[in-house]
Amino acid sequence: MTGQRILKVKFPADPRILRKVREHVRAACERGGCCEQVVSQIVLAVNEACSNIIRHAYKGSSTGEIILEIFNNGRELEFHLRDFAEPVDLTSIGPRDPREIKPGGLGTLFIREIMDDCAYGHVQGKAGNFLHMKKRIA
Amino acid sequence: MSYEVRDDSGYAVVELTGDVDLSASPEARSAILGCLAQARNVLVDLSRVTYIDSSGVASLVEGYQTAKKGRLRFGLIGVSEAALSVLKLARLDKVFPIHATINERIRADG
Repeated sequence: MTGQRILKVKFPADPRILRKVREHVRAACERGGCCEQVVSQIVLAVNEACSNIIRHAYKGSSTGEIILEIFNNGRELEFHLRDFAEPVDLTSIGPRDPREIKPGGLGTLFIREIMDDCAYGHVQGKAGNFLHMKKRIA
Repeated sequence: MSYEVRDDSGYAVVELTGDVDLSASPEARSAILGCLAQARNVLVDLSRVTYIDSSGVASLVEGYQTAKKGRLRFGLIGVSEAALSVLKLARLDKVFPIHATINERIRADG
């Protein structure tokens, strides 16, 4: 049960649009009743997910599109991200070891640390990949 | 994001202002690594950073590692609440030398 949809945005896979996306996510989470700390963490996780799509699924090309939907069922917020890129190698997605000091893999680490659940996959029968993330709010 | 570089007490102080995200981190990275390439000690001032994501943090990690290899001094000063919470999440708040001000850093240098 995903609950009531509280946000749907479609935007180009362009890093310059991320600030606007963060504003949309922040506003939706505040409407959903999250406290400031949780809102900031969610904004970071969704930003990281979008950044990963831009960098790894679209490989930096800004011609692709991303759809973000947020659902609220009163107990948790659910975030659905979808792209239209070539299927990514799902086995290549993983956080870095937090004990390692290296630049890569931080985005996935943030998502895993912040969200209560996340699942990656390929959109069946169509081009693209999805990421579903859940965050408990009550 | 915007940035300024100034010389202060033997350091190149790279002051970042605004959101350091995927659209801005290449510029931040270039500013930090550019100073280190000139064999300058670097302090990154994060007091005016309103948001930083993993790409921004990665630029700081690269700076830290490059400085270490080149036996140069590197650190962060005036880390904003927004930036500190992300560094803590990355478990890097105990890795980077962090000081409130450049004077505090200079005192720590001895």
